[in-house]
Amino acid sequence: MKGIKIVVLAKQVPDTRNVGPDAMKADGTVNRSVLPAIFNPEDLNALEQALRIRDQYEGSTVTVLTMGPGRAAEIIREGLYRGADDGVLLTDRAFAGSDTLATSYALTLAIRRLEPDLVLGGRQAIDGDTAQVGPQIAEKLGWPQVTYAEEMHFENDRLVVRRRLERGVETVSAPLPLVVTVNGTAPACRYRNARLVMKYKYARTDTELQAENADYIAGSRPLVRITEWGTEAVGADTEQLGLSGSPTKVKEIDNVILQSKEAKQLTASDRDIEALVRELLESHTIG
Amino acid sequence: MANFYTDNRDLRFHLNHPVMRKIVRMKEMDYRDRDQYDYAPHDYEDAMDNYDRVLEIIGAICADVIAPNAEDVDHEGPEVVDGRVRYARGTQENHEALTKAGVIGMNFPRRYDGLNFPMVPYVMAAELVSRADAGFANIWGLQDCGETILEFAADELKEEFLPRFNRGATAAMDLTEPDAGSDLQAVQLKAHYDETRGTWMLNGVKRFITNGDAEISLVLARSEEGTTDGRGLSLFVYDKAEGAVTVRRIENKMGIKGSPTCELVFRNAPARLIGERRMGLIKYVMSLMNGARLGVGAQSVGIAQAAYGEARKYASERKQFGKTIDQFPPVYEMLTLMRVRIEAMRSLLYETARFVDIYKAWSFISEERKLEKEERDDLKSNTRLADIYTPMVKLISSEWCNSIAYDAVQIHGGAGFIKDFPVERLYRDARITSIYEGTSQLQVVAAVRGVTTGGYLAQMREYEKTELRPELEHLRRILITLTDDYEKRVAEVVAAGNNELTDFHARRMVEMAANIIMGHLLLQDAQRDASFTTSAKLFVSLAVSENRTRSEYIKGLEEKELGLFKVN
Repeated sequence: MKGIKIVVLAKQVPDTRNVGPDAMKADGTVNRSVLPAIFNPEDLNALEQALRIRDQYEGSTVTVLTMGPGRAAEIIREGLYRGADDGVLLTDRAFAGSDTLATSYALTLAIRRLEPDLVLGGRQAIDGDTAQVGPQIAEKLGWPQVTYAEEMHFENDRLVVRRRLERGVETVSAPLPLVVTVNGTAPACRYRNARLVMKYKYARTDTELQAENADYIAGSRPLVRITEWGTEAVGADTEQLGLSGSPTKVKEIDNVILQSKEAKQLTASDRDIEALVRELLESHTIG
Repeated sequence: MANFYTDNRDLRFHLNHPVMRKIVRMKEMDYRDRDQYDYAPHDYEDAMDNYDRVLEIIGAICADVIAPNAEDVDHEGPEVVDGRVRYARGTQENHEALTKAGVIGMNFPRRYDGLNFPMVPYVMAAELVSRADAGFANIWGLQDCGETILEFAADELKEEFLPRFNRGATAAMDLTEPDAGSDLQAVQLKAHYDETRGTWMLNGVKRFITNGDAEISLVLARSEEGTTDGRGLSLFVYDKAEGAVTVRRIENKMGIKGSPTCELVFRNAPARLIGERRMGLIKYVMSLMNGARLGVGAQSVGIAQAAYGEARKYASERKQFGKTIDQFPPVYEMLTLMRVRIEAMRSLLYETARFVDIYKAWSFISEERKLEKEERDDLKSNTRLADIYTPMVKLISSEWCNSIAYDAVQIHGGAGFIKDFPVERLYRDARITSIYEGTSQLQVVAAVRGVTTGGYLAQMREYEKTELRPELEHLRRILITLTDDYEKRVAEVVAAGNNELTDFHARRMVEMAANIIMGHLLLQDAQRDASFTTSAKLFVSLAVSENRTRSEYIKGLEEKELGLFKVN
């Protein structure tokens, strides 16, 4: 089989798995400044799948594509440390405030420019939990899509994918080009590689170079550049981006605070036990 | 994310020792690789940043993969199938994770696909891996064999074997035989040169070989027919692909169960000579053993750190008499002394690693150009220091790792005797450290030269000149008093002119020297970072009482009373 050109969709997200007391602001939004920014976990599962295909089929390449502010270049570097061949940072003020529809529009344009055979992404991001972006991209590209993937391999130019569903597993196959979203149950991503870390730690976007004054590298070897694309580079209609391109409106946010006031103290007496059994039967918790 | 490197701030502290500036410049030969390799550093800061980042990768793999696998690996262990070793599933996972991370062959030059790291970060990695799983640390640490190939083998062997390490090849050093354990001069495995095939052939049996079914094996064999001592032995490299060595059995051990200990049968096994004939034991194996001893030092510190961590956690959770047990004096004393001794032995470990780094770097440079007089002197003095510090660090840290693991079990009480807690495995794993790569008793034989030649004493006097803050001054004065006493006792023992008496007191004298040296090293640590002050203070008090006991014993024993100890 010929080499496969793979794009991995990755998102920089606040690490919502390690939430401390200041994780939420008073207005109910996420306080991004106190949570470390990480590579969305299921996107790492997707990256591993991509690297495995790349390692298996000579001539294949893996490009990490991320959309976000300038600091999201860290996601590209992380991808390079783990074995990706290159990366593109889609960044522009016009992208800010995009919901899933606007995000998938922008990513679709970037993917068209990259012309991959296969797009892999995590099932969903841990900040929004929508699981919409992958499927929306497939729709916009007009490509088939397979979601909830946890294992995949090629058979006669078709990708055979095992899907992890709520009540079991399903194996399907699909032709390229294809969009696949990968589940957290897929194998964990490989660790950073020592040599790649030493090589790519100086990979920078042009914007970062300007900000750092770019004289920090005394050696004569050329710096690795991370590609940065704005709206013009992908030919985006700004009306379809950002707030104007996002039909999703947050109507109201409820702050749900769980309290322990429902706790009840019971004694070991027959009366208390009988009362509890009756109550549980009435609420259909048991019986 | 859990990380064994970043969760222990002492490691970065030791990595950033001021002497590293010299070591890195020498190791990187003034950063000349930077134009040729895109991952070579261009200056000191860049190199140090590389070490830090790579140790962070290893720390993550230790915490996420190796440590969680340790219990299953301990239960499952390796097995022999058709004369070959099959690792436990966890062992394979560990090895694969480290191979993919590209951290095997850390010390080798870049032209052999190594990372060209100095010993200090490599030893630190060994400490991390050992804390995660001491048994697996052997399989990973046997990349040391590559060092021997690098230092002594012909170029074609280097080119053939060294790049394989980075791709995940495992290694073994096949030295011991049923009748040649501590006494390697008795090695019998036969090497003869087969003229028709134009290669050396090995025949015989090796025993107690760690990771014996490795892809690349260094084999000590008798190449000179009719000889009976060490001068008839040569070192060979054997490639598993030849298929001429089978694993007869693996030992059922007390600890480090994940590391297969093999009995090997060589049947006409083709092998290649390393360096010169007859130099196998007297030169190459001695060098190999020094590396392995430093490795056991790192392994011991790693196990001790793990045991301390378990004890500390248990004592802070376990309640008796209405409070957690770490609030009771006998328990908190144990915990604090465990920590203080770990800090002391860790300082000794990295001090030794720096001596090794400097002498190795000079030897490497001397292959390219003639050294200046000053450089030759530096090479000589660091070689000497590495020679006397290596057995000391192996002796002290392996013995202390055992007593720390013992105390860690004690703190767990009955729970520590049950296999539900990791401390039980740590206790078993610790036990081998004072036995293999030369028993503690053999380390003393090597280390006592530092006592009798005055090598340790000279270094103590050197440490006395270090600049210290005024509040540390009184601790230094105590150490000077201990040094004077040590000097006197040593002089008395040596003056008796009785080798047996020197051997009898050897361990006591080495331990006295070690206490004083570690005391100085902790003072230097406290000078660089005030948070070590308490440890320095507590350690010096400990050194006073321990040295006094030894000093009194030496003083109180008359030469003729030696006979009272003899058996039969």
